[in-house]
Order: sequence, then C-alpha cells, then structure tokens
Amino acid sequence: MLNSVTMGQYLPVNSPVHKMDPRAKLMVTVLTAVTVLVATNWMGILTVSLWIGLVLAATRIRLVLYWQIYKPLWLLLITSFVFQVVFTPGEPLLLLGLLSLSKTGLVAGGRMLWQMICLLLVAAVLTFSTTPIQLSTALERLLLPLGKLKIPVREFAMAINLALRFVPTLFDESRFLIAAQRSRGADFTRGGVRQRAKGLIPFLIPLLTNIFRRADELAVAMEIRCYRAGAERSTINELKFKLPDYLAVLANLIILIIAL
Amino acid sequence: MFCMPFVQTTKLTHIYFKGTPLETVALKDIDLEIPEGEFFALVGASGSGKSTLVQHFNGLLQPTSGRVSVFGDDISTRINRNSLWSKVGLVFQFPERQIFSSSVYEDIAFGPRNLGLDENEVKHRVETALKDVGLPAGILQIDPATLSGGISRRVAIAGILAMQTPALVLDEPGAGLDPQAKKQILLALKRLQLEKGTTIVLITHFLEDVVDFAGLVAVLKKGELIASGRPKQVLAQPELLLGAGLEPPFPVAFTRKLSSKGVRLNSSPVTIDDLARAIQRTYQNTGPGDR
Repeated sequence: MLNSVTMGQYLPVNSPVHKMDPRAKLMVTVLTAVTVLVATNWMGILTVSLWIGLVLAATRIRLVLYWQIYKPLWLLLITSFVFQVVFTPGEPLLLLGLLSLSKTGLVAGGRMLWQMICLLLVAAVLTFSTTPIQLSTALERLLLPLGKLKIPVREFAMAINLALRFVPTLFDESRFLIAAQRSRGADFTRGGVRQRAKGLIPFLIPLLTNIFRRADELAVAMEIRCYRAGAERSTINELKFKLPDYLAVLANLIILIIAL
Repeated sequence: MFCMPFVQTTKLTHIYFKGTPLETVALKDIDLEIPEGEFFALVGASGSGKSTLVQHFNGLLQPTSGRVSVFGDDISTRINRNSLWSKVGLVFQFPERQIFSSSVYEDIAFGPRNLGLDENEVKHRVETALKDVGLPAGILQIDPATLSGGISRRVAIAGILAMQTPALVLDEPGAGLDPQAKKQILLALKRLQLEKGTTIVLITHFLEDVVDFAGLVAVLKKGELIASGRPKQVLAQPELLLGAGLEPPFPVAFTRKLSSKGVRLNSSPVTIDDLARAIQRTYQNTGPGDR
C-alpha cells in the first residue's frame, strides 16, 4: 500500500491538463461534478462520460493508476449499489426471497454507481495534475471577491495550504513509525480489539508528538519570515488564463446545458 | 570452515512507485555479502540508496527483483520476514522520534518485552544497554520528553541494543550528536562485535569512522554498488570517493595533494599513523639531490 499511488497524490507529467491554469481546472472540476449529479437524460450522461474520457486521455496518465484509487473503495461502491437496487420501490422484475429487484431500482443503482465513479475520476484528475500549492492559490484567487464581505480568504487559503502540506509529512512519519516499531517487535495485527487498540499506542503517541513538534517548527519558520495574518502578500507566479482554459470552461458549460 | 553470511544479496533491485510517473530506481543489481560477526560500513551520498538497502536486511522491504537472504533464510517468504525483527535490530535515522513511553525504562523495555522475556531479564538488559550508550542509571525513571536531543537519541539506540539481537543495523546513529557521544556509541558497537560476535552494519557519511571501526566497507552511488572491500583498499582511492559524493579521509586527501605537488608517497595511507610513517619513509628514501 505504501508503494502505490493514492488519492490526492500529484503526478508530474507533461500534459495539456497539467499546463492548464489551476483556476480553470478547479472550475471545470466543479462544473463536471455538478453536471454528473444533475444529468438525468441519456444524452447528458453520454456527453459527460465522453468528456471525462477525453480529459482522462489528455492527462497522459496510464489508466491503471486511475484504477488504483478504486481498489480501497470498490467494496463501498458495490454495497451502495446493492442497497440502492434493493431499497428502491418499483415493479419487481425478479424476486429473491424477501428482496425484489425492480427496473427503477436497477436504473437508480446504476446511475448512482456511475455518478460515484465519475466523481472519483474527476477528483483524481484534479489532484493528479495539480500541486497542492497551485490548488490553494487557485482557490484563493477564485474566492478573493468574498474578501469584500470581510471573509478572510487569504488566511483561509493559507490554512488549506498548510493542511495539504502536512499530508505527505503525516504519511512519511507514519511509515517511519510503523517500520521502527515493527523492528522492535510491535505487531499491529495481533489479538482482539482491545489488544489491537493498546498495540497502537507506540504508533499514535509519537505520531502526535512529532506532528505537533513539526507544526511548532513551521509556525516559527513562518514567523521569522515575517508572515502575519491579515497582511497583504504578493505572489511570484501570477496565474494567467489562456485559450485552452477558456475553451475547457466553455465546453463544460455547454455540456452542463445539454445535461439539464 | 563454513560460515553462513549475515546477509547475501543477488541482483537486488528495488524500484519505488513502479509503473507510475514517480518511478524511482533506488537500488540496481546489488550483489553483496556481509559475513557474520563483521563490522560492516555502508557509505554513500544522500539518496544513494543506503537506507533502502538496509531495510531489506530485517524484512521491512522486499526486493522488486533479485534475492536477499538473511542468516540463510530467503526474505521473500512472509514467515521468514516476520521473525527477522528478533534477529536484526534496526536503528533508523533520528530514532529519537520513535520514543513513546512516559519513562525511559518503559521505552527501552519495549523491544525485550516483545521478545517474551521475563521481567528480571528485561531489567538486566535495560540496564546493560543503558550502560553501553553511556547514560547513568538515574535516568531510567525520567520522562523522555524532558530529555535533550542527544540523550533521547541514546535512549532510542539503547532500546534496540536491549534486544541483544545477533545483528545490528544502524542508519547514521551519530548524525547531529556531539563528537564525544558519537564516539561513545561507536565504541560500544565495536565492543559488542568483539565480545559477543554481533554483526554490525553501520551507515555513515564519515569515512574517518570507517577507518577507525569497520573491517569491510561498501560504497553506493545512485543505487549501484561501486566498490567493496577492506577500508585500506577502498578508501585509498580518492577519485572513487569523490565520484560517489564523499569526502576522502584526511590522510587520503593529503596524499593526493602531495602528489599533485610532485611528491609521491610509496604507499596509500588511510590512517594518520600510516600517513606519518609513509612520509617518513619517503623522506628517508629520497636522496639529497632529489629534494
């Protein structure tokens, strides 16, 4: 598990999607997600699916890697499909004891399965092709008008930025602690619930203390570089909307209209 | 006499994130043998694959391809891998991060207790390990969170020593310690090797440590094994070391400087004493007219 690609991982690839303005990517992601959720007619479902397929191809990332993010989730997907099918009332096509399968149930279940798969794919495209820094910058820029309503957008973006920055740190620290305590004979898989919970102490306690220490160090590092909440900051890399960015957003708007 | 090696690797290759754009070849076709009871040093620049390599020695990592056997057992079998922690103690970089107990005693006792020893034996081992790293017994009841970085490092190392495994692997145990504390730890390791026959594998940047303590040394460069053998032979090659991103030991660098000024010594000294002798011999053998 530690050696495979997970959700939220950035993959450095030279592709048209990677080169897009992160704001455009964020807008397209939200638009596509909305389209997926509201699409009811077959025409809409077909166009969104094609659109997602096109975007996937444009990322130049092998499909196996997209498949990897479903591996931990397939059980959840199948369970929700089954529940949707079984608990949607309708004319039964097939009776299995107390359970009845109806056409409406199958359609509803299938639609939900399709929606979840699409949403995961769209989110995966965004995180595979956008670094956390780009993402929070884009969010900051898009939400900047809210600053007029006295909402601290920049501080909000910085908080997201810092949270994202700690994901890999947390990951590395966990990996180290699992390896280090296993080397001292800790077994995280032995015994009943109580024993397992107790077995987690050598892992959880240092994880928390180490993370807090890192957070403390980070706060000091930011302060000595004069970071102050509420202060005006400028950026080195100004974002710029180019033709492909406009086209992508426009195409997505058209698809949304088709799907409605 | 037949002697089973501690570690034997054949064409060991390790690739992180295989098949993704993040793919990195960490180790490439490593053929290595570490004899039992040896003090073995592994040197190389940062990112040369040293840490990845040693994590195969106690079963934390498996090779992407190739074979690794530890004490004669192939680590590709899960059962062999899962029991390795009791035979190979591994000290990670900055091991003080792994301390979790509320007293020094409890933390050092964690490993020995997992070995299923009775409390008397555990106590005895904790006290021995503490002595080995040069800490006073008075420290045992203290909360580790209140200790300085250097002392908690030694507590963490004692936690591994207390398991008294037949082999010990240490990943830069001296990084960031004061020179005396570092020397004390290395001396304790040397003592374990000489008195108990413990196999020691030491990862280090400091070639002076290799000269003083190790019987064999291997040099890694970008995941490849570029040299291995006796320190006197391997470390006497300044070009090889510089190419691997390492600082040659002072006598080697000095010999190189002398030769660039036209003074050729008739041997390749690695220690200060040998250097002095070589200079004296060269001086005596040179006729007055050559000076």
